Amino acid sequence: MHNFDFVKPSSIAEAVKALSNEGAQALSGGQTLTPTMKQRLAAPSVLVSLTGIAEMKGVCLGDDGLSIGAATPHAVVAAEAAKHYPALAALAGGIGDPAVRNRGTIGGSLANNDPAACYPAAVLGSGATVVTNKRKIAADDYFQGMFTTALEEGEIITGVTFPVPEKAAYVKFNQPASRFALTGVFVAKFKGGVRVAVTGASNNGVFRWSEGESALSSNFSGAAVAGLKVDAAEMIGDLHGTPEYRAHLVKVLTKRAVDAAR
Amino acid sequence: MTKVTMTVNGKAVSGEVEGRTLLSAFLREGLGMTGTHIGCDTSQCGACVVHVDGKAVKSCTMFALDAAGSSVKTIEGMANADGSLGVIQQAFQDHHGLQCGFCTPGMVMSSAALLAENPKPTEAEVRHYLEGNICRCTGYHNIVKAVLAASGQDVSSVAAE
Amino acid sequence: MPKDYGIGASSKRREDVRFLSGLGNYTDDVVIAGQTYAVFVRSTVAHGRIKSVGTATASAMPGVLAVFTGEDFKDVGGNPAGWLINSRDGTPMREPKRPVLAHGKVRHVGDAYAAVVAETLQQAKDAAQVIADETEIEELPAIVDMAQALADSSNRVHDEIPDNQCFDWGWIEDNRAATEAAFKSAPHVTTLELVNNRLVPNAMEPRASIGEYFPGTGDYKLTTTSQNPHLTRLLIAAFVMGIPENKLTVVAPDVGGGFGSKIYHYGEEALVLAAAKKIKRPVKWVAERSESFLSDAHGRDHVTKIELACDKQGNFLAFRTSTMANVGAYLSNFSTATPTFLHGTLMAGPYKVPHVYVNVKTVFTNTAPVDAYRGAGRPEATYSLERVIDKMCRELNLDPFEVRRKNFLTTDMFPYTTPVGLVYDTGNYQATLDKAMELGDVAGFEKRRVESAKRGKLRGMGLSTWIEACGIAPSNLVGILGSRVGLYDAATVRVNATGNISVMTGAHSHGQGHETVFAQVVAEQLGIPESSIEIVHGDTSKIPFGMGSYGSRSLAVCGTAMTKAVDKIIAKGKKIAAHMLEAAEGDITFADGKFSVAGTDKAKTFGEIAFSAYVPHNYPLETLEPGLEETAFYDPANFTYPAGAYLCEVEVDAETGKVEVCSFTCADDFGNVMNPMIVEGQVHGGVGQGIGQALLENTSYDENGQLLTGSYMDYAMPRADDVPFYTVDASCITPCTHNPLGVKGCGEAGAIGSPPAVVNAVIDALHRGGHTHVTHIDMPVSPSRVWSAMNA
Repeated sequence: MHNFDFVKPSSIAEAVKALSNEGAQALSGGQTLTPTMKQRLAAPSVLVSLTGIAEMKGVCLGDDGLSIGAATPHAVVAAEAAKHYPALAALAGGIGDPAVRNRGTIGGSLANNDPAACYPAAVLGSGATVVTNKRKIAADDYFQGMFTTALEEGEIITGVTFPVPEKAAYVKFNQPASRFALTGVFVAKFKGGVRVAVTGASNNGVFRWSEGESALSSNFSGAAVAGLKVDAAEMIGDLHGTPEYRAHLVKVLTKRAVDAAR
Repeated sequence: MTKVTMTVNGKAVSGEVEGRTLLSAFLREGLGMTGTHIGCDTSQCGACVVHVDGKAVKSCTMFALDAAGSSVKTIEGMANADGSLGVIQQAFQDHHGLQCGFCTPGMVMSSAALLAENPKPTEAEVRHYLEGNICRCTGYHNIVKAVLAASGQDVSSVAAE
Repeated sequence: MPKDYGIGASSKRREDVRFLSGLGNYTDDVVIAGQTYAVFVRSTVAHGRIKSVGTATASAMPGVLAVFTGEDFKDVGGNPAGWLINSRDGTPMREPKRPVLAHGKVRHVGDAYAAVVAETLQQAKDAAQVIADETEIEELPAIVDMAQALADSSNRVHDEIPDNQCFDWGWIEDNRAATEAAFKSAPHVTTLELVNNRLVPNAMEPRASIGEYFPGTGDYKLTTTSQNPHLTRLLIAAFVMGIPENKLTVVAPDVGGGFGSKIYHYGEEALVLAAAKKIKRPVKWVAERSESFLSDAHGRDHVTKIELACDKQGNFLAFRTSTMANVGAYLSNFSTATPTFLHGTLMAGPYKVPHVYVNVKTVFTNTAPVDAYRGAGRPEATYSLERVIDKMCRELNLDPFEVRRKNFLTTDMFPYTTPVGLVYDTGNYQATLDKAMELGDVAGFEKRRVESAKRGKLRGMGLSTWIEACGIAPSNLVGILGSRVGLYDAATVRVNATGNISVMTGAHSHGQGHETVFAQVVAEQLGIPESSIEIVHGDTSKIPFGMGSYGSRSLAVCGTAMTKAVDKIIAKGKKIAAHMLEAAEGDITFADGKFSVAGTDKAKTFGEIAFSAYVPHNYPLETLEPGLEETAFYDPANFTYPAGAYLCEVEVDAETGKVEVCSFTCADDFGNVMNPMIVEGQVHGGVGQGIGQALLENTSYDENGQLLTGSYMDYAMPRADDVPFYTVDASCITPCTHNPLGVKGCGEAGAIGSPPAVVNAVIDALHRGGHTHVTHIDMPVSPSRVWSAMNA
């Protein structure tokens, strides 16, 4: 790992300032960035830890929905969101392993936008709003392909606000080695319709399965998607699963998520 | 180099570290506490698990400076006050929950975190909680059994004893 | 009442206290004053010609103390293969030199072609990066697929080996014609093509080595992660570096698992010694996990066609196997023995079958070297046999339990000479099958299947009845088979003046619990407390000699050497007692820790004898030598033959293809059991690895020779929630007939017997679920593969 200056600001303003340095990079829980730096695939000259910023932590129910500070670890979301948004809490409680959940944060996960990460499915599936130090970004605009987001240079996620649906569930099928999602489906039923977000499956990163959404919006039952076919053309094919297999899983997991939704 | 200060196993410690110095390296090389092991470089194996402010973390994936001011507990701090093995450690010995011993420190630290959160876990809960700790020797049988036993549950009905 | 002491007791492991307290002493924990750090520069291409190695800039970088390339070692010897195998036509195998650092060509991703030693690890890494950047390697087409490698002589891993073939071995060549005839006339032939998937051993402690050189005496010391320090010393001394054996100490301290991968001598060990001499400071190297994936010897990797000839009732008539075995880019130390004498000789299984013929072609490819991994050859044999037998049962609609039972050798047939050259001394395969069926509740299976079906799951049951040859190995026999070393072992028992004992054993414990079990055995023999016995292992300066631990040999071979040394101690003790008690030596008896004059109450305790041996104030020196220390070497008369029956039940999720192992039952015959707790633990671990091979672990190279599964992000290690509690039984005992403890070895059994049981269970579940077109799925039986097979 290349060396760097480590700074740990205690406010968003300080963090933004620190990130304006040449070669500065934000560090949240570090569960992805640290291994990447060990491989020398990232070499920031200044690493700005966001874990000491109190205003970026916590879970809070407000008028716009459930707000989660970007530096809130998965374990805290799993515990504190449970009574407000059980599907989201359950998703957070299934990321990585307990030690990863104690460090990894929602902001870090969303900034990285790994195509097999869980949080992007919740954010897109809930139609959440990603809040940064500069603006609010709708989920539909935020995700722009694997490892690509709407974030600009020096922009940091400070929180995420989730509208709470009537019912929702996330079902993840583990990639057996990394235990990221080989495919994961987040289904959320709102008054105005159903959103279905899929992670792990597509070469384009997290996406909404619009056919599934239409079918479930008119009939929220597992049977509604039984007759649909998911196109394998854009699906990931690797040694853990063919594109056809992932396409198949999208349907199976959607059905299971609908059945599990509460 | 920057000075870092933290509490390790109840004792205040400090040392000079670089920005890139991992907590695991600070413990092993800075403090000479080599019970915390490094088994991988992708934050998967869990041999390096320690507690930071009461939470299990992978010390190979946390910078020492990020732990400044924290209270850290490692395998070296798990014994009873009189030096005898603590309850979890003793259960691992009693139920043969270790073979080569390399994953063991992380296993014990993760198990301690589990039992702090969930004092009477089911078998499935133990297995799920330990998914971030890889053991190549035991097939996990006796590890799971040891953790159940450490929680005070009767393991006499578990197969093969 | 279970025993709480000595042989047969489940004594708690004494080594656990240090491991549980964070006080283990693994190689990376060793810190030597003035130590420096080595980093290796590894090829990022699978196959390439080295045009130049860019050392100039790096050599002048801060902290850099020395830089090495293949050029520095071109004149030293190579790391040899331990077994010379001849091809069917009698020609010896092709044996390319395996250098310390690649020279001329790089032959696999991860092949080290340079090394840097620097004051700090980071400085060494920085310099290594610069060397990599400034090195010119002309990339050549990678040779990855074995069949292509054999067919295309225009592209060669080693320029001097035209068809990339190491050897083409027939076993037993004289049986070939009769086997072919049996197939021609057989009423039924079942054929199965299968892959025994390549595995990465993944001991949790990565390899590490520290080299030291002492200029004052010219001595060297290597501290290293080894399963057999003496063999490492021998290889470095006699072949690789020419250091006199008596000037080199090899220490393997606590070692965090091996599973075969730490048997072998690796170039990194030679490099740190050479570097230590050059800079006259200690040099430490510790592998990162990613390096382990690229450079540890891998396991398995066979592509096999197996055929079974039988009558319509399922009586076996012949087995015929044709295998391509990958040896990777270089011959690792045991790589030529693993697919041959540890595989072909087991191809009769525990069965009476008149004709067996095995052909193995070993192939060089641009991949990491492949060598023995837990089970080594025997898992490959067992998998082929147990899968083809299951397939035959389905084809002929026969019961897989009954087919195995009627083909088993019976207890009246021992000793039994197999058609593949082994002599099984004893066994009772019916007993272990009965025990497995009882413990696994075969009778209740249908009820469980119906219950699973209600939850939408397909349930299946798979059986594997396995045998292995271990207790490696009789030197006479392996010498005939091509081994370049003997496989005896040695022990010294030193009784100290105060009566406590140091036992120096050639075995190496890296998880097996020798410090506890060996003490139990000696305690039983001498009638003294286990706590007064210390087991010393892993240091060539303390131990007379040894061939280390692998091949389930520690107790059967090293343990026997130890008991023979104890026998000599008792014999010497009797002499001393005769002198002290003024009796004839022939009248002295030894029992319960006391030397007594038969028929009298005159006796001396073991401690009194020990003290006297070191305070020999009135010894008749002409006839009685002071001291109480004995050494024994033991060379076994035969292999040992553990065997057993494994039963696996799985549920398959019909929608996703995911397989869950619901139960796993093992009934094993390991001969006599010294410590039941440890034996069970060994089986648990082996079964865990076997389930891993069957369902999870895949080592995949792409067509360019890039390792796609080079970290735990892609190489699926079994985790706690991938496996169930196992049911393990070792109560069916037929003691080994040719060692005094009657032990056979238990270290590899779990990994040998389990993969076919799992795969057979999956196929069974699919058939019972109506997917009768599925006759085979290659390992790992991943959800994607199962789903694809169901929907093919």
